[in-house]
Amino acid sequence: MEILLVILMGLLYAAGIYMLFRRSMVKLLLGIMLLGNGANILIFLLGRITKGQPPVIDEAAKVFTDIYADPIPQALILTAIVIGFGIQSFAIVLLKRVYVLINSDDLDDLNTPEDEDI
Amino acid sequence: MKSTILKTATSYLLPILLLFSVFILLRGHYHPGGGFVGGLIASIAFVLHGFTYGTENTLKLMRYHPAVLIPAGLALATLSMFAPVLLGLPVMTGLWIDEPIPVIGMVGSALFFDLGVYLVVIGVVLTILFTITQYNE
Amino acid sequence: MLIAVLAGLIVSILFIPFGKFFRQQAAIAVSLLPISLFLYFLSYIPVIRSGLPVSFHYPWVPSMGINLDFHLDGLALLFSLLITGIGSLVFLYASSYLKGHPYLDRFYAYLSLFMASMLGLVLSDNILLLFIFWELTSISSFFLIGFNNDDPVSRKSALIALAVTGGGGLLLMAGLILMGHLSGSYSIQEMADNAERLKNHALYGLILLLVFAGAFTKSAQFPFHFWLPGAMKAPTPISAYLHSATMVKAGVYLLARFSPVLGGSDYWQYTLLIVGGVTMLYSAFHSIFRTDLKGILAYSTIAALGILVFLIGIGTPESLVAASVFILVHALYKASLFLTTGIIDHETGTRDVTKLAGLRHVMLPLAIGGLLAALSSAGLPLTFGFIGKDLIYEATLHSPGILRFVLTAVAVLTNIFLLYAGFLAGIKPFAGSLPQQFKGVHLPHGLLWIPPVLLSLLGVLFGCFPAWIGEVLLHPAAQSMTRLTTVAPLKIWHGFNLVLLLSGVTLALGALLYWVRKPSEQRLSALTRFNALSPEQLFRRLYRSIIKLSVWYTNTMHNGYLRVYLLRIVVFAILLLAFRLLTADGIVIDLGTVSPVSIYELVVGAILVGGLYLSVTTSSRLTAVAATSVVGYCICLMFVFYSAPDLAMTQFTIDTLTVVLFVLVLFRLPPFLNFANNSVKIRDGIIATLFGCIISLIGLLVLSEPIRTEVSNYYGDNAYVLAKGKNVVNVILVDFRGFDTMFEIVVLSIAAIGVYSLLKLRLRATEKE
Repeated sequence: MEILLVILMGLLYAAGIYMLFRRSMVKLLLGIMLLGNGANILIFLLGRITKGQPPVIDEAAKVFTDIYADPIPQALILTAIVIGFGIQSFAIVLLKRVYVLINSDDLDDLNTPEDEDI
Repeated sequence: MKSTILKTATSYLLPILLLFSVFILLRGHYHPGGGFVGGLIASIAFVLHGFTYGTENTLKLMRYHPAVLIPAGLALATLSMFAPVLLGLPVMTGLWIDEPIPVIGMVGSALFFDLGVYLVVIGVVLTILFTITQYNE
Repeated sequence: MLIAVLAGLIVSILFIPFGKFFRQQAAIAVSLLPISLFLYFLSYIPVIRSGLPVSFHYPWVPSMGINLDFHLDGLALLFSLLITGIGSLVFLYASSYLKGHPYLDRFYAYLSLFMASMLGLVLSDNILLLFIFWELTSISSFFLIGFNNDDPVSRKSALIALAVTGGGGLLLMAGLILMGHLSGSYSIQEMADNAERLKNHALYGLILLLVFAGAFTKSAQFPFHFWLPGAMKAPTPISAYLHSATMVKAGVYLLARFSPVLGGSDYWQYTLLIVGGVTMLYSAFHSIFRTDLKGILAYSTIAALGILVFLIGIGTPESLVAASVFILVHALYKASLFLTTGIIDHETGTRDVTKLAGLRHVMLPLAIGGLLAALSSAGLPLTFGFIGKDLIYEATLHSPGILRFVLTAVAVLTNIFLLYAGFLAGIKPFAGSLPQQFKGVHLPHGLLWIPPVLLSLLGVLFGCFPAWIGEVLLHPAAQSMTRLTTVAPLKIWHGFNLVLLLSGVTLALGALLYWVRKPSEQRLSALTRFNALSPEQLFRRLYRSIIKLSVWYTNTMHNGYLRVYLLRIVVFAILLLAFRLLTADGIVIDLGTVSPVSIYELVVGAILVGGLYLSVTTSSRLTAVAATSVVGYCICLMFVFYSAPDLAMTQFTIDTLTVVLFVLVLFRLPPFLNFANNSVKIRDGIIATLFGCIISLIGLLVLSEPIRTEVSNYYGDNAYVLAKGKNVVNVILVDFRGFDTMFEIVVLSIAAIGVYSLLKLRLRATEKE
């Protein structure tokens, strides 16, 4: 099962990187999202995966009696997801703003080439 | 959107979703859930309302601009962080009332902190989405 | 003492708020600063004369060996008096010279800063402190050279001066740190006490090289001399003060100061003799070809600095006395000549020596001052220059063996040229008949002409009473460079001897040269033919090629295309990771512990891959967004499978909101344009796939490593016991790692504020093209 996750993570990374190389700002943004998802899965894998044992202590008990999924990666990913949302929304709005200004989605239109002599 | 079904559904869904979000928030310490998820669910409820009735009406319904929730939440979280200092304990020490309170359950400083997170999340999400919607109009 | 050193610094800071007031009302009042400092240092003369240096200690960063240690001995006192004395005159002079200049406050701020740093430099006992002040003088000199900042030549000269002296400063810093490290102390006095330790060290040569680099660049020694003529772009009082009397002598000061620490070896002696000798001959020879008065003075200043280096190189007690005398001699007559030149320039509007003549008819006091300065520079008896020249000849004549003839010949030749240069600057403009165009010229305000005349008169005064000035000031100065055993008082008359003969020869030949040769433009242009070979041209070529290199580098590496940057970063990361993976010995991937795959997981995985494919290949914006959200939902399901309900809930809600957000923003944008051709796509695809493979490989490697669970177990065990919560993830977020969460919601708030301000901000007309 881990193998499947590893492959999916590799695909997410590859797709994200490929999207980053595109000229369209929207694609760039989608690439960042895919890359973020890939990174989340990588972190998740680092804590090993456990089926059907969420890190929640039983009603009756005070400590874990059975094995349980590693809570640290989960806490990290939760933070990453929410922060990622903040960044994405800011980036999307930035994109919108750029679009209003230069009426283009093309990253190359943002370039102001520097003068030859500095 | 001018769908009667959606309108009717939304008018029921909004209170239910809000109630559900509070439920998720309160059980967070013992079961899956918590401030982040709760806040997100509550904001989805308002976003749904906004889609159905228009942002103006949702803002009217909320009476205050959602941005107000951000400083409120931040203040609440900060206060709950520093409350133990008043008792001479280090910052962020967990303070708990010994007996559970009916319906809410155990009450402690961590709950207020989570409530702060909940408010900030609602404030942030709604501010972003409503600002964009208004900008488009 | 600390206040004395820092006073200039404080004053220059005070100019920031009060500059405007000073510019309009009280420019002249600033001169009280150097005057009071001058008096303060004068009061130390009796103490120093008795042979007891004064030390001051103020701790600053004791843990790093940096302390505000000041040490006032003869050498430091001589320099302090020069700095504050000539400083006072220059401050007064400039108040009239630059009257009404719009940046007068700035000028005085730089000047005060410079004076403070120069004082600090000569008084510091701690070499790190010395270095800080050393750099400050370079920086203030940069500002002062570029003072006329709307003139491109001025800016360029300032940059070159900064590049040369700053570059030397860097090397000096390395040398100083090395010295401090090897000798175990950063105090010059302590170093001098166990100088043998440094001199016998294997790295002695390196230290010398680094210290020389600093000293030679600062004191404009060949081949670094070229920045000094360029520095003459500064207003004339600055040239007089920084680039003649004080700052350029910092290198000489450093050599003199380190004489007891590093001096005495053959390396030391021969390097200084050769560099000093070449510099003095080369630039004295150059000076007679110049037609610009300031150019003449600049080259003769370089020659004088060469003489000083040369004298320190000889290293005998005699030569060091000669050096300390010549420092004073030169400061007096050269500052006077510079200030005179400044007045001539100010009043007639030209500095071309071929045009100037007869000005004695309109400004007699100045002509007398110029004459006296020129005579002092020529070394006529009864001027202080005579004493200086005598001592130089005596020092060269007493050197051993064949050196004696070579050094003496070099010294005589240099002095002949210097005499010519001095006459050109001090006598030529005043001699002859007054041309018609200068009829309207008149003697300027007293603040302008009194300082140079005063300096010239001082030269004569010291020339008449050499024994007195020698005893109070110059012998103590030489004493701090070497341990004088017997002190012969300075005398005017030594009897008929070889030295006197040489002096006579110098005077006669110099006067003859002045009589015969008239400065002209043709000769200057004849000399400029050799410019292509000069160090200055080499430096400029280097300078230009560095700029070319950086332009090329910027255009290729920072071409403004985000994807090119990203491509480079990713390719580099791939190479680095691949290199690491390939060189690691034996990659073992242990798949023994993997759990079996269920059909649900396979289906979800397949949907994820489908969504991924769609989002990458589609040409519709909305499809791409929808496909990406499908990917998100699949990941959400994965979280459900693998015991992460909190994550699943969060991912689900966030994904929903993101789609809403995208749709809100994007539904009005046009469809994707297909920018890239296929070969680019294939290249990107290959790179992206490679990266994905490497990440997967790393993931597999991680899985086969043993896992450490101490932290997780701690949280698991204590979640309920300490924090009264049973959902460990939530407990971590709101309790164990509450600070992280706190900052996270702060970041979210900032994002919201950013969005709000981005959209609510109204576009200004200029922004909307």
